[in-house]
Amino acid sequence: MRVTFRGGVHPKGFKELSRRVPLQKFDAKGEFAIPISQGIGKPAKPVVSKGDSVLVGQIIAEADGFVSSNVASSCSGTVKAIEKRRTISGLSAECVVIENDGLYTPVDGMGKKNNLEELSNADIIEKVKYAGIIGLGGAGFPTYLKLSPKNPEAIKYIIANGAECEPYITCNDQLMQSESDGILEGMEIILRLFPNAEGVVAIEDNKPEAIESMKKALEKRPSKAKISVLPMKTKYPQGGERSLIAAIAEVNYPITKLPADVGCIVQNVGTIYAIWRAVEYNEPLFRHVLTVTGDAVKNPGNFIVPDGVLVSELVEACGGIKEGVTLRKALAGGPMMGFAMTSLDVPVVKTTNAVTLLAEDEVEKAEKQLTNCLHCGRCTTVCPQGLVPQLMADAVHVGDLERYEYKLYGLECISCGSCTYVCPAKRPLTQIFKQTKAEIMAAKRAKAGAK
Amino acid sequence: MSTVIITAVVITLVGAVVGVGLVYTGKKFHVDVDQREVDVRACLPGNNCGACGFAGCDAMAAAIVAGDAPTNGCPVGGQSVADKISDVMGVAAGAAEKRVAFVRCKGNCNVTKNQANYIGIQDCRSATLSGISITSCDFGCLGLGSCVNVCPEHAISVVDGVAVVNRDKCIGCGLCTKACPKGLIDLIPVNNYVAVQCSNKDRGPQVKKVCTAGCIGCMLCTKQCEFDAIHVVNNLAYIDYSKCTQCGKCAEKCPAKVITLPHVSAEV
Repeated sequence: MRVTFRGGVHPKGFKELSRRVPLQKFDAKGEFAIPISQGIGKPAKPVVSKGDSVLVGQIIAEADGFVSSNVASSCSGTVKAIEKRRTISGLSAECVVIENDGLYTPVDGMGKKNNLEELSNADIIEKVKYAGIIGLGGAGFPTYLKLSPKNPEAIKYIIANGAECEPYITCNDQLMQSESDGILEGMEIILRLFPNAEGVVAIEDNKPEAIESMKKALEKRPSKAKISVLPMKTKYPQGGERSLIAAIAEVNYPITKLPADVGCIVQNVGTIYAIWRAVEYNEPLFRHVLTVTGDAVKNPGNFIVPDGVLVSELVEACGGIKEGVTLRKALAGGPMMGFAMTSLDVPVVKTTNAVTLLAEDEVEKAEKQLTNCLHCGRCTTVCPQGLVPQLMADAVHVGDLERYEYKLYGLECISCGSCTYVCPAKRPLTQIFKQTKAEIMAAKRAKAGAK
Repeated sequence: MSTVIITAVVITLVGAVVGVGLVYTGKKFHVDVDQREVDVRACLPGNNCGACGFAGCDAMAAAIVAGDAPTNGCPVGGQSVADKISDVMGVAAGAAEKRVAFVRCKGNCNVTKNQANYIGIQDCRSATLSGISITSCDFGCLGLGSCVNVCPEHAISVVDGVAVVNRDKCIGCGLCTKACPKGLIDLIPVNNYVAVQCSNKDRGPQVKKVCTAGCIGCMLCTKQCEFDAIHVVNNLAYIDYSKCTQCGKCAEKCPAKVITLPHVSAEV
C-alpha cells in the first residue's frame, strides 16, 4: 500500500474558502425540477403524472433497463408538469416539476430503522438498487452494478474515496467530519457483501480534521480490524479511481478492464453514506452534499441539498455574488473536471458536487497565450496514466488515429486535465484527446453496428 | 580515335540487348486493359471525392465496367456524365439526379442568440463534446465550421453564425453531412427550390422562446399542399421530394418563413 501514484500535478487548492464552514441543510422554497436522467445510462421512466401528489422519498421515475436508476422525489407537493427544461449540462431534458408544499412529509417506511442482521446480501443490493444510488463522484454509474461483480470472493479492497483532490471542493471533507459513523456503517454493509475484502478510507493529507475524526470514529467500531484510514499525499488526480487503485492495490490496469477485475471497488464517501441511509433507513438518494464556492461568491459554504433545487437559489443562500465582482465563469464541479454552465437557473442533479463561480476565466486567458508545442515534456512527466500527450497530439494533428490508438495507447487517457494544466504553451491537450477518443469510439460502434 | 569507335560499338550493343529485353518482357507480362474502363474514367469528373462509395474515380470506373456500380452512380457528374458513361457501356442511363447540400437551419445571429461564449478548439465536434449547448436552440447550427473544413470545393461558408452552401460550387459529395455533429446537412435534388430550413423537434412555444425563425409545427403547410408532399413529424415539417412540384404555396403560408427557396435566399 503506497500513499500516492506516479505523476500528477499540484494545483492551488483554494479550499480555505469553504473548508471550515459546517454542512447546512438547505430547504428550498420554490418549485423543484427533477431531471429523470441523472447519471450514466438510459433515462428513467416517469411513473407519476400531472396533478399527482408526491411525498419525500417517493420514486417518481423508475429505472428503464440494466444501466439506469430510479429517481426519487426530494420534496412533498403536487406534480405540476412533466416537461423539457434546461438542465445543468446546458441541454434540454425531460424533468418532473413539483410544486413544493414546504412540509417535506416523508413517504411511508422511510426513516424506520431496519434490523441489519436480518437482511441478506441480496436484500442489501435490492435496497441500493431501489434507492436509485449512483456514484456521487461525478460519473454517475449505478452503484448496485458496482456492488454485484461476477466474483465477490476475488475482491480484495473496498476503497472509500474521500481524497477530494479537485480544487475548491470541500463538501466531502465536512461530510467525513460530521458523519464519520454513517460512512463507517456504510463500509461495514459493503464489507458484508465481500468476505475477503479489506476496507480503506483514503483521505488526502490536506484534510487533517477529517482524518482525525474518521480515525476517532473507527476506534469505537467493532469492525476496526477490517477497516483502516489511509492519509494520502495531496496531489491531483489522487481521487481518480485508477490513481487510488494504483496507490492502494499497487496495480495498473488497461481501460478495457473494470476495478472489480483487479479486485477493487472504489466508492465515493458520499455514495457510501447514501448506501447506509438506504439500507438502514430505507431512504432513497434524493439529497447529497454540495459546495458553493469560488472567488465570486460572498459567503462560500457546504450544503446538504435535495435534487432539483435551482442553482440560483443556492447562490442566493450564500449571499449571492460579491459586490464589485462580475461573474465570468460558472462551473458545475471544480475547475479541473467540472464543466461550464450556461445559466444559473438550472436544477441540481445527484452528480453535482460543487458549484464554482469564478471572477476570472482562466481558459480565456490561456487561449490568448496559446503557442506551438515547446517539446519540454512536462505533460509526459505528469500524466498519471504514463502516456505521452505531446506525441498523441501530434498524431491527432496529422490524422494518424491508428498510431494514436495502438502505438500511443491514446484511449487510456482519463481526461484528468493534468497535461493541459502544466503545458507552458497553453495547448488544449485534454480537449483534443476527448474529441479524438469520442471519434475513435464512434467509428468502432459504427463498425460493430455494420457487422 | 579508337576510343570513339569502341564507345560507339559498346553503346550500340547495350542498346540492342536492352531493346530486345524490353520488347520481350513487354510481350511476356502484358496486361489486358479494358478500353471501356479507360473511356469511362475519362468521362468521370476526376475529383476523387469518394461520394460514390468507391475509393476514387479509377475505382469507380473499374466498378462500372465490372457491373458493380450503376452508370449513373456518380453523384457529382449528374445526368450529363451518366449519359456519356452509358454511351460507352452501351446501356440506357437511368435518371441520375445531381444533389446538393442543404443546411436545415436558419438560426443566424439576427433570429437567435448564443447562450454561452465558447472558448476552445474552433470545431463543432469539439464544442458538442464539451457537453453544453452553445446555441440557445439545442438543434441549431453552431457556426464553428466543421463542414467548411471538410468541403473539398470550398462551397460552404459561415455567414452570421450559420453555415450556408453555395449551390453552384457544391458537388454533392456529402462529406459535410457526415461532419456535422448536429446532423443538420441534407442532400437535396439540385433542381428543388423548396426546402424546410429548420431542424428543431421541440414543440412550438419552446421553439419560439429560442428562435424567431424556427418551425413551430403548425401544420399550415400540410393543409396548403395539394400534392401530399409535406408532412409534420415530431413537430417538424419534412418535404417528400418525389411528390413536391415546387409550387411554393407552403412557403407563402409558412408563418415563421422557414420554408425557403434556397436558390433565391441562400446564395453566398
